[in-house]
Amino acid sequence: MVTIKDLAKKLEEKKFVAGHRTCAGCGIPLIVRTVLAASSKPVVVAVATGCLEVTSTIYPYSSWNIPYIHNAFENAASTISGVETAYKVLRKKGKIKEEINFAAFGGDGGTYDIGFQALSGALERGHKFVYVLYDNEAYMNTGIQRSSATPFGASTTTAPAGKVHQGKEEWRKDITQIAVAHHIPYVAQASLSNLIDLYNKAEKAFNADGPAFLNILQPCTLGWSYPMEKTIEMAKLAVESKFWPLFEVENGVYKLSYKPSKDVPVSEFMKEQGRFKHLFKPENKKILEFIQKRTDEEWDRLLKLCGE
Amino acid sequence: MPEIKALTGDQAVAEAMKQINPDVVPAYPITPQTEIAMTFAKFVADGDVDTEMIRVESEHSAMSACVGASAAGARAMTATSSAGLALMWEIVGVASGLRLPIVMNVVNRALSAPINIHCDHSDSMGCRDLSWIQIYSEDAQEAYEHTILAVRLAENKKVLLPVMVMQDGFITSHSLENVEVLEDSKIKKFIGEYKPHKPLLDIKNPVTYGPLPLQNAYFEMKRQQIDAMENAHKIFLDIGEELSKITKRKYYYFEEYKTKDAKAVIVVLNSTAGTTKAVIDRMRQEGKKVGLLKIRLFRPFPYKEVANALKDIKFAAVLDRSDSFGANAPLYSEIKNSLYDLTKRPKLQNCIFGLGGRDISEDDIEKLFSDLLKGNVSDKVKFIGLNE
Repeated sequence: MVTIKDLAKKLEEKKFVAGHRTCAGCGIPLIVRTVLAASSKPVVVAVATGCLEVTSTIYPYSSWNIPYIHNAFENAASTISGVETAYKVLRKKGKIKEEINFAAFGGDGGTYDIGFQALSGALERGHKFVYVLYDNEAYMNTGIQRSSATPFGASTTTAPAGKVHQGKEEWRKDITQIAVAHHIPYVAQASLSNLIDLYNKAEKAFNADGPAFLNILQPCTLGWSYPMEKTIEMAKLAVESKFWPLFEVENGVYKLSYKPSKDVPVSEFMKEQGRFKHLFKPENKKILEFIQKRTDEEWDRLLKLCGE
Repeated sequence: MPEIKALTGDQAVAEAMKQINPDVVPAYPITPQTEIAMTFAKFVADGDVDTEMIRVESEHSAMSACVGASAAGARAMTATSSAGLALMWEIVGVASGLRLPIVMNVVNRALSAPINIHCDHSDSMGCRDLSWIQIYSEDAQEAYEHTILAVRLAENKKVLLPVMVMQDGFITSHSLENVEVLEDSKIKKFIGEYKPHKPLLDIKNPVTYGPLPLQNAYFEMKRQQIDAMENAHKIFLDIGEELSKITKRKYYYFEEYKTKDAKAVIVVLNSTAGTTKAVIDRMRQEGKKVGLLKIRLFRPFPYKEVANALKDIKFAAVLDRSDSFGANAPLYSEIKNSLYDLTKRPKLQNCIFGLGGRDISEDDIEKLFSDLLKGNVSDKVKFIGLNE
């Protein structure tokens, strides 16, 4: 098990460096650095169009000290499958000596929605790579539009809260369970607030014998509308309120990574975020209750899966 | 020794791919291309090649995986038709923009809607402005040889652009022909060992592929792409000459068939050139001065050379197997452009034919030649074989 000291040391290895233009308070760089730190071998990455891509490679600059490819929005998974297959052939031919790990990074738009098919195909084909989803729950790069990761009730620029509609009216897609349904060796949900847990999961993902999928909650100061210094706090509240459970599925076996010690209502997580502000009006009380009820039901279902 | 084999157009391409022995082939089935992927898959299954195939879940992922594999430093090839090419359209542009020497066989088929599985050129013409080199093939033999030539052209350091090799769906792809398959060792030598340019898998020298150049640099990068296309114009001939030494056949930008003293000429792509040749042979016996200009290289387009070939012709008909709906059809447009600087130029007749696989017969072509010889040329598009 890695300690916070070990992790700090590992993060000194500069695979992804300063100079990128993510927003103040953005958690994406920390996700990228923590995940990459967990690979004991050199890593080659493919990145989907999105916040990470536009902020890290504005020509002629690049924050990537490791081989990087951006192809398009919807195909990070199929791009890395081409890279990984090339590696397999060239290694067989003796043209590449080193062992290399592969990772693809995508936001929720590039993963839940437009890149869904490419992801499913790559997982099914069994390429050895880690798919890293930084899930900020909307199309943040283009200005906070609704995605299928957007939580129920959240106001976005394409499904805004108004006089008749109260933000998103559908429950989010459970992409983590969908990844599990591909019967790949490793799937996990993680959060920035539990960095050691994230690191350990990334390490397992890189060591898995086949595709691995990490879904990491990425609070977005701009899209969620909360003060920029509170990113880690938001991530923590998401976990404590069971809005974002931490668990892993290793070769089909579920394991809960963290059990909150006390009951924190989801409204505690929601109340400081501008995207949920409208739900705290007295007339929307029923929506909040519905969200709490459904969150509880999902938590109970997960506990059963984890044998708790 | 070269070997004569009975092969369809699709099988001939698969045979070329076997000799090329690419590192990675991502493929997805679509009629009438499927037989390329199927035939090649058997070569993989039998260990005749070292290739890793990726059985992707769509053509979009086929091209995406080609981009990944090619950037990684592998020789990557794929094949598609119609809707498949349309689905990968975005990534077709990425492949050329990233300057990746991917070779793709396109078995021409009409685009939907209405859905139709037969030949026309709307698919490859639809992406003629995506900075891919485009080579059109008359028959299985040409499709086979063009595929081999394409690899060298794409990978040339002064080019580094992807290449599309076309053949007519069903007409060529599913017809059995005698194909002269060249000696493995000669093709292997001609193709050579692949030396990738700045591969992603060179982990000691990390590169960022596909950054975000904005107003400051995008334009310059596109200018480099334009230059690369211009380089391809010359290098196509150099590589063609090298291939000629093995095949004893010529690879000029186009083939001139009995045009030297011709009064009337037909300009056309792909398999219809074969039909036209048969008609020319017959009409020539009757003393009629007719000829054919079969365009092989459509991108980069050989404007000056075409002008030179057509300058003394009185009447020419340009036959397009696709339209540009509201503008001049693709081939007609280029031929007309080529002639602009000439003081003396042929009168042109544009014809559209064969959409969705509608047959064009020797009689249709003979009638067209007869009209041309009579000077019967109109600025209105003639639709051959259309019921109206």
